[in-house]
Amino acid sequence: MDSFVTLIQVLDSTVRLATPLLLACLAGLYSERAGIFDIGLEGKMLISAFFSAAVAAVTGSVWLGLLAGIASSLVLSALHGVASITFRGNQLISGVAINFLASGLTVLIAQSWFQQGGRTPSLFGQGRFEPINFPFAEALSEVPFIGPIYSELLSGHSILVYIAFLMVPATWWILYRTRFGLRLRAVGENPAAVDTAGVSVVGLRFAAVAICGVLCGIAGAYLATALQAGFVKEMTAGRGFIALAALIFAKWRPWHAMWACLLFGLLQAIALRFQNIDLGGIVIPVQVMDALPYILTVVILAGFVGKAVPPRAGGEPYVKER
Amino acid sequence: MEKMPKWADVVLIPIISLVLATILSALVILAIGENPVEAVNLMVTGALGSTYGWGYTLYYATNFMFTGLAVAVAFHARLFNIGGEGQAMLGGLGVAMVCLYIPWPHWSIALIAAGLGAAVFGAAWAAIPAYLQAKRGSHIVITTIMFNFIAAAFLNYMLVNVMRPQGSQDPATARFPEAVHLPTFQSMFSTAENVMFRGAPANISFFVAIIACLVVWALIWRTRLGYEIRAYGHSETGAVYAGISPVRITIIAMLISGGLAGLMAINNVMGEAERLVLNSTEGAGFIGIAVALMGRSHPFGVFLAALLFGFLYQGGAELALWTSIPRELIVVIQALVILFTGALDNMVRMPLEKLFLALRKEPQ
Repeated sequence: MDSFVTLIQVLDSTVRLATPLLLACLAGLYSERAGIFDIGLEGKMLISAFFSAAVAAVTGSVWLGLLAGIASSLVLSALHGVASITFRGNQLISGVAINFLASGLTVLIAQSWFQQGGRTPSLFGQGRFEPINFPFAEALSEVPFIGPIYSELLSGHSILVYIAFLMVPATWWILYRTRFGLRLRAVGENPAAVDTAGVSVVGLRFAAVAICGVLCGIAGAYLATALQAGFVKEMTAGRGFIALAALIFAKWRPWHAMWACLLFGLLQAIALRFQNIDLGGIVIPVQVMDALPYILTVVILAGFVGKAVPPRAGGEPYVKER
Repeated sequence: MEKMPKWADVVLIPIISLVLATILSALVILAIGENPVEAVNLMVTGALGSTYGWGYTLYYATNFMFTGLAVAVAFHARLFNIGGEGQAMLGGLGVAMVCLYIPWPHWSIALIAAGLGAAVFGAAWAAIPAYLQAKRGSHIVITTIMFNFIAAAFLNYMLVNVMRPQGSQDPATARFPEAVHLPTFQSMFSTAENVMFRGAPANISFFVAIIACLVVWALIWRTRLGYEIRAYGHSETGAVYAGISPVRITIIAMLISGGLAGLMAINNVMGEAERLVLNSTEGAGFIGIAVALMGRSHPFGVFLAALLFGFLYQGGAELALWTSIPRELIVVIQALVILFTGALDNMVRMPLEKLFLALRKEPQ
């Protein structure tokens, strides 16, 4: 029974830790499926984490915070769009610049507004996303087996967690069952064909980049106002890159993205809870857990276990024929 | 026909980009309620107003020269090596092993051996992404990013579990023996009555970095290999027609790049800290990207850009000391430089090209 309780706790923390990864991963999915590489997921999450926490702290409303976070992430998305779509610049370099911009600006503004060494005041009450308890969660928690799963694992998360997981079927439906999704995928594979059909490549790509901004915004807001209570310097801690890794691991597909994010979330949860793991004589150091998402991604990228092929027009600016 | 004279491409565009970045940075400083003119004054006196300031400026510049050259060499083969940070971390490991486990009679021999160790470790860390790019087509940007994180975890493991001296809580190696301490600028340039560069970390590796700039210049523009690297960077199909193997060039260019990034460790690990600590690279691998973009991938440009960033880093530290502007201002400036010289290059270039075309038409 004890190990079952531990298991439920680890899985519960897996869901929490997988949520920001999943949101950022789906954000990257829209962008990269439209042919715009985005290694600036990290920066967009970070700036949203700061602005959501800052606005929530000042106004006391977490919903205004969420809006501010999304808006700030959209600004960086627009910058990425202008650089990589309008001016046909290098998308990777633009992403690097965006990460640094967010990393510097957040601390600079935080110091100027709050004078707390680059953090925001702690959030409480209405300034945070509170957990949502499912009906009868309390009553059912005593039921063996089903009870803990229902009341611990499924119930009691903030609304953003449920939004993140609902985004998976939504993304699948948008990509594979709508006209917009078909065009979005086409523009990432063969923009010239989309252009010939009379659909705006630039418009579609900006739309994809904007969706990416919104989702990264939610991811950042989740970090600062739900997972933790306030912004601290560099709080994304590489999550944007883990999300990118998950996206490659999932080979740019929504359902696989969810499983990849849950796997990487599980690794984080295990690393948080157990530190060094003793497997009957062989000790797995905590650093292996830290490095595992990246190692797995390199293995997948290398194509030894099923090759990851990115959208064909990814990273290429589109030049309209004259 | 060229749309623009070469000097405009090499000099004018970086300067305009820099001016744009400066204007935006000044606006940022204004926005947080500080005076940009005063800030610049403080930075100049702090970084360049004394030999102490210069000692720090040149120390940072040495790091950035190595990482900037690393990114630049890869750029010539049209490879984007974001992994300079991880390669420099591994270089640090190489230096630490050479300095700790082998007794050296004199620093000069130790410097050569440590440099080799650093370069070999850095190159080895670049070798796997290079091989995967060349043979399996895995995108080198993604693999080098992943290798940065793997390097951080690996270094953490080595420092916490393997190389930490017994009884120490600090995740760092033991101090290097006295014999391998590199001469600092203070010991090299001070006279009996006049102490120069007091306490500043600039050391002899600054000159190694300058030699590296010269060697890279000769390599890229004066050797067959350099020609092949540039040819491959310009056109892969063209290079293949000329009998140049893409696999070979990709791997060699990345090995050189990783080796240069690793070499940085003789400055920050052997020259300054004199032991290996966590996060010894302090993001210098990433600044190399800004330095290479700004320097247009030319060793002399890298040299100048590295000096500029050295000045920014030391100036930024002084700003943080005397005003309420945090050091992160430098990260913002760095981001703006990368943005304007890299991603928004066309925004500066397109109007300039039009201008030059218009000027050329007029005389006829």
